[in-house]
Amino acid sequence: MGEQTNVRIVEDAALTSTKDLPSQWIAVCMGTGCVSSASAEVRQALIQELERHGLSSQVEVRRTGCFGFCAAGPIVVIHPDETFYTRVTPADVKDIVEQHILANRRVERLMYRDPVTKVPIEKWYEIGFYSKQQRIVLHNCGIIDPENIDHYLAREGYQALHKVLSEMTPDQVIDEVIRSGLRGRGGGGFPTGLKWKITRQTPRWPKYVICNADEGDPGAFMDRSTLEGDPHSVIEGMIIAAYAIGARYGYIYCRAEYPLAIHRLQVALDQARQRGFLGGNIRGFDFSFDLYIKEGAGAFVCGEETALMASIQGDRGNPWPRPPYPAVSGLWGQPSNVNNVKSYAYVPHIIRLGADWFKQLGAPDNPGTAIFALTGMVNNTGLIEVPMGITLREIIYDIGGGIPDGRKFKAVQTGGPLGGCLPEAYLDTPVDFDSLCAAGAVMGSGGMIVADETTCMVEFAKYFMRFACDESCGKCPPCRIGSTRMLETLECITAGLGTLEDLDYLRYLANGMQKGSLCALGQLAPSPVMSALRHFEDEFRAHIEERRCPAGKCHALITYEIIADLCTGCMVCARNCPTNAIRGEKRQPHVIDPALCERCGLCKELCKFDAIVVR
Amino acid sequence: MTVTLTINGQKVTTAEGSTILEAARSAGIYIPTLCHHPDLSNVGACRICVVEVVGARNLQTACTTPIAEGMVVYTDSEIVRATRRFVLEMLLSDHPNDCMTCEVSGDCELQDLVYDYGVKWPEHKGKRHNWEIDPDPNPFVFIDRNKCILCGRCVRACAEIQNRDVWNFAHRGFRTKLVAGADQFMLDARCESCGQCVAYCPVGALYDKMSLGKGRANQVQKVRTTCSYCGVGCNFDLNVRDGRIVRVTSAPDAPVNGMALCVKGRYGYDYVHHPDRLTAPLVRARWLQGVEEKLKGGEWQVFVPQGNGRDGGDGSDHLTVTPDTFIQTDWDTALDVVARKFAEEKRLHGSGAFGMLASAKCTNEENYLFNKFARQILGTNTIDHCARL
Ligand SMILES: Cc1cc2nc3c(=O)[nH]c(=O)nc-3n(C[C@H](O)[C@H](O)[C@H](O)COP(=O)(O)O)c2cc1C
Ligand code: SF4
Ligand code: SF4
Ligand code: SF4
Ligand code: FES
Repeated sequence: MGEQTNVRIVEDAALTSTKDLPSQWIAVCMGTGCVSSASAEVRQALIQELERHGLSSQVEVRRTGCFGFCAAGPIVVIHPDETFYTRVTPADVKDIVEQHILANRRVERLMYRDPVTKVPIEKWYEIGFYSKQQRIVLHNCGIIDPENIDHYLAREGYQALHKVLSEMTPDQVIDEVIRSGLRGRGGGGFPTGLKWKITRQTPRWPKYVICNADEGDPGAFMDRSTLEGDPHSVIEGMIIAAYAIGARYGYIYCRAEYPLAIHRLQVALDQARQRGFLGGNIRGFDFSFDLYIKEGAGAFVCGEETALMASIQGDRGNPWPRPPYPAVSGLWGQPSNVNNVKSYAYVPHIIRLGADWFKQLGAPDNPGTAIFALTGMVNNTGLIEVPMGITLREIIYDIGGGIPDGRKFKAVQTGGPLGGCLPEAYLDTPVDFDSLCAAGAVMGSGGMIVADETTCMVEFAKYFMRFACDESCGKCPPCRIGSTRMLETLECITAGLGTLEDLDYLRYLANGMQKGSLCALGQLAPSPVMSALRHFEDEFRAHIEERRCPAGKCHALITYEIIADLCTGCMVCARNCPTNAIRGEKRQPHVIDPALCERCGLCKELCKFDAIVVR
Repeated sequence: MTVTLTINGQKVTTAEGSTILEAARSAGIYIPTLCHHPDLSNVGACRICVVEVVGARNLQTACTTPIAEGMVVYTDSEIVRATRRFVLEMLLSDHPNDCMTCEVSGDCELQDLVYDYGVKWPEHKGKRHNWEIDPDPNPFVFIDRNKCILCGRCVRACAEIQNRDVWNFAHRGFRTKLVAGADQFMLDARCESCGQCVAYCPVGALYDKMSLGKGRANQVQKVRTTCSYCGVGCNFDLNVRDGRIVRVTSAPDAPVNGMALCVKGRYGYDYVHHPDRLTAPLVRARWLQGVEEKLKGGEWQVFVPQGNGRDGGDGSDHLTVTPDTFIQTDWDTALDVVARKFAEEKRLHGSGAFGMLASAKCTNEENYLFNKFARQILGTNTIDHCARL
């Protein structure tokens, strides 16, 4: 984001040059989130309005990547004063130009307000959501126009590549990445430099460099945002990786559901090629490399590296057993290096600022930042980049602004459908690969989903199991059939038909899947259920032994009731019940017929007197 | 280059690049498999061959894991056995309880493993597949997807051996379905009905349609034979029950063809017991001498084509023998007639009167002799062969 911000965050870093930026400009977020809430129209209106006032040459309207705070989008930031406007519509544009640009008065109604004090907040980085963030991968998102390579170049873009080609041998590059301690951001946390080294050492050519931009975790959109907001950083990282391992060609495997990311990537590739950063003899050096986009059809399992390569080959996206690992035998049987989008995006920074700079960020053995899509029962949802080692509590309460409506926190799930949930007692766990793993969750590459007291943990676990069932590739029996049996068992429990043996059966199935499955999908798919069972066994037992859902969520186990004393007989509920399950005379207490009630909860929502309760 | 590893405490030295499975088998150590077949590529799908490799994070599939110097492997430890049992339980939990009437009972790799590992067919409330049985009009290949374990052997056999790429999997997870082409009928998906897929199916999901209900492995006698259709010399086993061929199965040790056969070799055996099949030489009465006597003496018979309506079912006495009537004779008589006619033709019209057409059903040696006979005995160069095109 803004100049001051970056200085504030990474004080010793030279990441902050803003040369060539006009003094007054308006950033309009054109990430997928804001585009879907009509930011393109806002941008168009801004351009027209400025033109109308003859300001086109003084004020630049710039399309930028994602600010992360998509729930409050469309986001517009006025520079240089960095005023952060949320939920901007084309109708607001007149005020922004006439008040803010012309009269230098902020448009208060568009400013973000502190959720507690309701005071409008001026600068974006004073907002709680950004308070503890540290943007390295996302440092250009919201600043540069991703479709303009000059913007990237103005922010030290391709300097790392130049340094590599002019000053460093491939082995020196690998050593630097190893020394930096960078670990893969695709979820596993494997040391990136080491992977490069093995790929370099395998004496077979051609070799390939592959970027994993499949991003199949439900709710995750950090890779998308990186590609949409700063595609050149990923491309530069890949070129450096190619130089280090000795690859001539590379692929970016991006899901076809990311049309904007693919478009921006394509524009960036074309521009990089035009400027000689890709193609034969890059920048006149004796090194050639080119990159292609391969669109994936959106199967979660195609994010698994071997399935991903099968898919690039045009085969069914099924995983292959490892070993041999891709570094030895990957795409078309050739040595291939697969890294996540973010892993590549760190590389230019590491090369330019040095391994020592990177090492001191984040936590020991876990240098750098972590990027999460924070969702679920928190006040502020969105994309966050935080230093490794920050605690779950800081993320949920300081950045996320806590649980809405003062409800109680129950659990937080990290690592998406292959991760685990952690209860309140673990809130002070540092967020890094090793600590999360030790706590029984995983870093993963995905969402951080917060559950509160209104979340049923059986239902929560079942959601992830259903996802795994739907996304299992079907190749191996433990996952294909085991996940189905686990889901069926969970469905039994939430339907009030469970037995205590079902809990043992779940554990048995989980163990079999972990031991027997081919790929990490099947091996880890039981984790959400097992961690829920470990931390919230009481809740499972309540479903079974008492036929009760403590969170009041499982339809088969709850009833809606009207408290006669509170009911005024206004008839709103009766009129709106889709199954006509509510009877009663006007101004007389109403009753719900449990046989007709479908437990949709509409009546409870509509009752103005809080007379309807769940039991 | 060789590599030495330890399997179940036993030192095994074998070629670099082998898999654990190959190394174990070379040392006589048994590891069960389902999706593996030595003729096909390895995919590690079924998970039955899992073994413990010391130092590895998880169990490894023996069929895919390359050996490494100093590797320590356990192929039958408790965790290995428990995992195999789990895999089998899962497979059976989505399998019909049909061994009683299944075509391949007694010749089924799944049944054998389930027996070895003492797994019971589980009753449960969950889903089992209920695909339509035999939905494909292919005249030779029978499909029962309910028995399919999705091992992919048929897929690879068709792609890697037959090069037809008919089979693949559609959909994901529990809904994964073996399909021909884009879920079409086999014959619309490039199938040439060679039956390779059937031959490689470890269970009863693919079977030979003509053999349904005709006899299971323990009810038939296998008779090794060489295919009579062409000169390649493929070997296979005739499955014979009560003196009749009920099925052809591949013979993995067949020197020329291994498991592979074409549609004729595998399915073209129905002529063997066909009532119209000629089993003795036929000669027109006009070329024979002493027909009346031989017929009376029962040495020769009047040939009665089946189903032509002439044989009222009451014996051959009523048939009148004309010069054109075919008489079923013996080989010596028939060959004498041929030799006599050849000699006569040559004397009257010369060698140029002969044109010779050889057959692809003969061996090279037979065709060589045929050519010698044509050129040296008959004296003609007008020779051709049905496979010349
Ligand atoms: C089911 C499954 C899905 C995965 N999805 C992704 C993904 O969407 N993006 C990703 O980068 N890695 C994903 N991975 C991890 C990759 O297999 C691989 O480890 C990673 O791309 C390596 O990159 P890194 O070293 O930079 O982390 C997935 C793994 C599994 C088992
Ligand atoms: S574990 Fe699941 S996703 Fe992975 S190969 Fe097996 S069936 Fe496919
Ligand atoms: S019969 Fe032959 S060609 Fe047809 S599907 Fe089977 S293997 Fe392929
Ligand atoms: S039909 Fe037979 S060979 Fe083909 S996948 Fe199913 S079980 Fe395997
Ligand atoms: S035989 Fe090895 S996984 Fe099937």
